[in-house]
Amino acid sequence: MRTDKEMDPFFGNTDKPVTYDRRKFLKNLGGGIVVVFCIGDLSMPDIFGQNIPIEDLNFNAYLRVKEDGRVDCYTGKIEMGQGVITSLAMVLAEELEISVYSVDMIMGDTELCPYDAGTWGSLTTRFTDPPLRAAAAEAREVLLGLAAERFGMPKDQLEVKEGIIYVKNDPTKKVSYAELTKGQKIVKSLEQKPEIKKAKDFKLIGKPVISLDAEAKVTGKAKYTGDIKLPGMVYASVVRPEALGSKKLEIDATKLINFEGAELIEQDDLVAVIHTDPEISKKAAGNIVVKWKEPEAKADQETIFKYLEENIKENKVFEEQGSIKEGRDLSDKLTEATYLDGYKAHASMETHCATCYFEGDKLIMWASTQSPFGTRKQVAEALDMPEEKVHVKQIFLGGGFGGKSFNSQAIEAAIIAKKCGKPVQLVFSRKEEFLYDRFRTAALVKVAAGVLKGKLTYWEFDIYSAGTRGTENFYNIPHFRTRNFSQQGIHQLGTGAWRAPGNNTTTFARESHIDVMAHAAGIDPMTFRLNNLKNAEMIATLNLAAKTFGWGKIKKQGHGYGIALGQDAGTLVAIIAEVHVDKETGVVQPIRIVCAQDMGQVVNPHGAILQTEGGITMGLGYALYEELEFIGADVKTNNFNNYEITRFSKTPPIECVFMDKMNAKPQGGGEPAIICVGGAIANAVYDACGARVYRMPVTPERILEALK
Amino acid sequence: MKRPISFKLNGKPVTVQVSGEESVLTVIRTYLDQTGTKFGCGLGECGSCTVIIDKEAVRSCMITAEDIEGKEITTIEGLSTDGKLHPLQKAFIAHDALQCGFCTPGMIMNAYGLLLKSPKVSREEIIKGMDANLCRCGSYNRIVDAIESAAKEMNKN
Repeated sequence: MRTDKEMDPFFGNTDKPVTYDRRKFLKNLGGGIVVVFCIGDLSMPDIFGQNIPIEDLNFNAYLRVKEDGRVDCYTGKIEMGQGVITSLAMVLAEELEISVYSVDMIMGDTELCPYDAGTWGSLTTRFTDPPLRAAAAEAREVLLGLAAERFGMPKDQLEVKEGIIYVKNDPTKKVSYAELTKGQKIVKSLEQKPEIKKAKDFKLIGKPVISLDAEAKVTGKAKYTGDIKLPGMVYASVVRPEALGSKKLEIDATKLINFEGAELIEQDDLVAVIHTDPEISKKAAGNIVVKWKEPEAKADQETIFKYLEENIKENKVFEEQGSIKEGRDLSDKLTEATYLDGYKAHASMETHCATCYFEGDKLIMWASTQSPFGTRKQVAEALDMPEEKVHVKQIFLGGGFGGKSFNSQAIEAAIIAKKCGKPVQLVFSRKEEFLYDRFRTAALVKVAAGVLKGKLTYWEFDIYSAGTRGTENFYNIPHFRTRNFSQQGIHQLGTGAWRAPGNNTTTFARESHIDVMAHAAGIDPMTFRLNNLKNAEMIATLNLAAKTFGWGKIKKQGHGYGIALGQDAGTLVAIIAEVHVDKETGVVQPIRIVCAQDMGQVVNPHGAILQTEGGITMGLGYALYEELEFIGADVKTNNFNNYEITRFSKTPPIECVFMDKMNAKPQGGGEPAIICVGGAIANAVYDACGARVYRMPVTPERILEALK
Repeated sequence: MKRPISFKLNGKPVTVQVSGEESVLTVIRTYLDQTGTKFGCGLGECGSCTVIIDKEAVRSCMITAEDIEGKEITTIEGLSTDGKLHPLQKAFIAHDALQCGFCTPGMIMNAYGLLLKSPKVSREEIIKGMDANLCRCGSYNRIVDAIESAAKEMNKN
């Protein structure tokens, strides 16, 4: 086998032969100072906000100060473009008083890193930063202790700069972390909360740092799962049905004989061909004829909304106040509308991949997974192996957005590797990527609302299938009710997390309808919002957006401005969009977008801007273009020529501004901004041409239809 | 039956056994282990696999091996010279014009092809010339900034 060192030039240091036993792991780590986690003052929800098997926690290392003075940072999180490879290194470097460039990030390796349920929900900065900072602060104290011993003076006489400890009043007396660590083997348990820095003492947190992985990525050296090539590896091509959930009836593999070296792998409904040449493997698979029994189609992209409304019988009140009837009777204006949103694909540029091999009875795997530990569990269960016999290793992901929380390709690759006894690589084609995606669900929201003299009086919000994330009411409405209509197994297509999932849909519905109410009341949408918001932070965020945008300035002919507000992962968002609409063709051109966020402490302002810009750019896709075509479980959309996402020419200048809150806790950054794009665009389109479009994407056809 | 074809890859002559129908992407990635060039869609719709063939930016997934006999191919691995990053690579880092990095090699190679053709390219021309390359993370504005500043840098020399 080629060593990992060659395969992971960026990460290095992941090639130590380690076993699952973490006590042995610590032994194998060699010298240095290791800080391991122990449950003490830091409560569970503080640490991860996720379920963690307790037994996995006791000997999880967070960091190791190595004998050369560099520091390994271990995290179960993965890097998929969201930038935590940089921000986690920053918080560690901050507390340890070292250069951020001295940190080596060891991420998502199931045998080296602390357990982590998955990289999703904008959780990393909120829940991984605190224990990491604590561990780094602990290590700093250990190092200061060693230096104090060496110089024979108390710790408070010492100070640290860039990994070197100086005696305060005698700068000639100094010792580096490397010197202090040499020959040491100290394992420290993190039992109490060590003192972490206050915002005023930050040297690194809050300063912009360019992504640490940028050079690896511009040179082609950064490795992704499909870039790994193992000796004797075969490429697997799976014979797919047209529809999800199809059952195999018959197989005719007689033509396989025409492809020398091609081998058939069959297990239940899985039919695959392997070959040492990926092109032959693909061609041979195309020559295998499988007759499938497809599930009966229940809906397509047009009938799905009626289907959901009619078939979801169960609902729960999510939030309620006052009396709907009383509120309605109070109102001088009443409006109601139903807002629709189709399935949305993740469409990461990297399709799902897995590369794996067996070493004896142990499976070694690289997979494009947002949840290495989850994938380990799923693969182990599917192959009926103990979890410790599956090792998922560190690798970059080419985008995820929630879609790589599910990894059927990893299970398939493992099954095939076991059957053929060779290293296997399985890379989804773009068509497979669409068929097996776990889409943001199709959903509808029924809204009915009333207003009296410009003040919201009542609000009914019935959500079908989009869930309640972020829907806690932040408007001041005396009488309201939010109900969640959902039913397990209602969707024939796979559904799952998609960058702030249903919050995109419900924010589109709420903010569109707030505008509808504003217009019904004859008040401009900015004033109407400011008059009806209850939360001072949200008002401040909207004011910041308005000031940055220059709300109130004169519009050009055919241009419109639209506002949307929302909350996600602890962050408040206000977006103002400017668009141009061609009334003849219905074509929308985004002109400018301003986004203000209250996201608490901003660890890496530069990284936060990247995430916000990225979310908004991606969001323009679902707002304006992305439409999945399907009949039942047969996904007709199969590539980028029939799934339009945002392009260069459709991306307007984007300006992101954050509330200054360096002393607050950090909140989510990867997802929040995207939720407001649909509503802001729909409202801007209405402002530009008078077309109120109730269904996303807001396409030219729907605009022209609304104008009729 | 496989037969040898010869061409230049990143300045070095190479000979490789092919059947002829393989995509150049497979030849580069799988036969020659240069994995910087990425597979994104297989239909020439996303640009992740963009390489330079005889000074032209092309989608390597859409060209077959038999068409590259005697040609000169440059991939992302061949862009830096003597260990020094190309101005485009430097500008992509300086502007942090990437997130997941998967589309990045294709973006840089497409931009390289664009600048070979028109070194004094305008911002509008950059947007037009890059429009068929897709990035799901949403780095477009930064990529345009990076190409603009790299073009300026290259025109200085």
